Amino acid sequence: MSMFRRHADICVARFAADEVSVLRQVATEVIGLLTDGFDRADPVVERLFPDVYGDDPAQAAEVRRYIEGDLKTAKIDQAGAILAALPATGGAVVRLDAEAAEAWLRALNDVRLALGIRLDVRDDTDLLEELDDAVMRDPTSARVRQLTMYQYLGVLQESLLEAIIATGR
Amino acid sequence: MGGMTAPQVAPIETPDIEEAPAADRPWVTIVWNDPVNLMSYVTWVFQKLFGYSKDRAEALMLDVHHKGKAIVSSGARERMEHDASRLHAYGLWATVDKQ
Repeated sequence: MSMFRRHADICVARFAADEVSVLRQVATEVIGLLTDGFDRADPVVERLFPDVYGDDPAQAAEVRRYIEGDLKTAKIDQAGAILAALPATGGAVVRLDAEAAEAWLRALNDVRLALGIRLDVRDDTDLLEELDDAVMRDPTSARVRQLTMYQYLGVLQESLLEAIIATGR
Repeated sequence: MGGMTAPQVAPIETPDIEEAPAADRPWVTIVWNDPVNLMSYVTWVFQKLFGYSKDRAEALMLDVHHKGKAIVSSGARERMEHDASRLHAYGLWATVDKQ
């Protein structure tokens, strides 16, 4: 499993081909949700764009009118930063400057939020237990794959955050 | 924020929610607990966006984690809406409310 490390002013990770493919896939999915697939009724969209006024829908809609466009663009750009740093296929060494590292960090968070909603991750969710259960039911299921990805992306995000903090910012 | 220039630098002074008269700080930004966001990440976001010390940011993160929510900033309504939208850009679940 690849991790980010700090080298001078940049955050570096070496990804195997399957990791590159997973990262490309999840980033592409988030971009899809934010562009053609944008649907306010989707719980993932609801989570990525929470209402500023939880108990006042009219006021929340008013704020959304001037916030949502920029927020959407920012989220598309940060997911795009993942794609921009990766080759179409094969493994890769990724080197991120401060700006790109932060974009990756936020994008990885969005990706995990989206997966977390799809997997119904809750406060008391024991991921290893979930994974064991899913593997026992069907080791080739989409749930096994998604749980594995979710766990991997959490470790990757944590390592990137540590690498960013280590650069002294 | 449409057409606005977001401040690039975190505020130098740390607003002290407890000591400020309520009338001066009628609006608050609240961050809600979330099962996905990493604790270290939430702490880092509070430091980054609000210029809070590591200790203060960590205490706020723990409040969010254990109590379900925490007030992370207070002030004028429009500034709170701006804070909430910045938190949303980092994937935190934030709302604005009247104190």
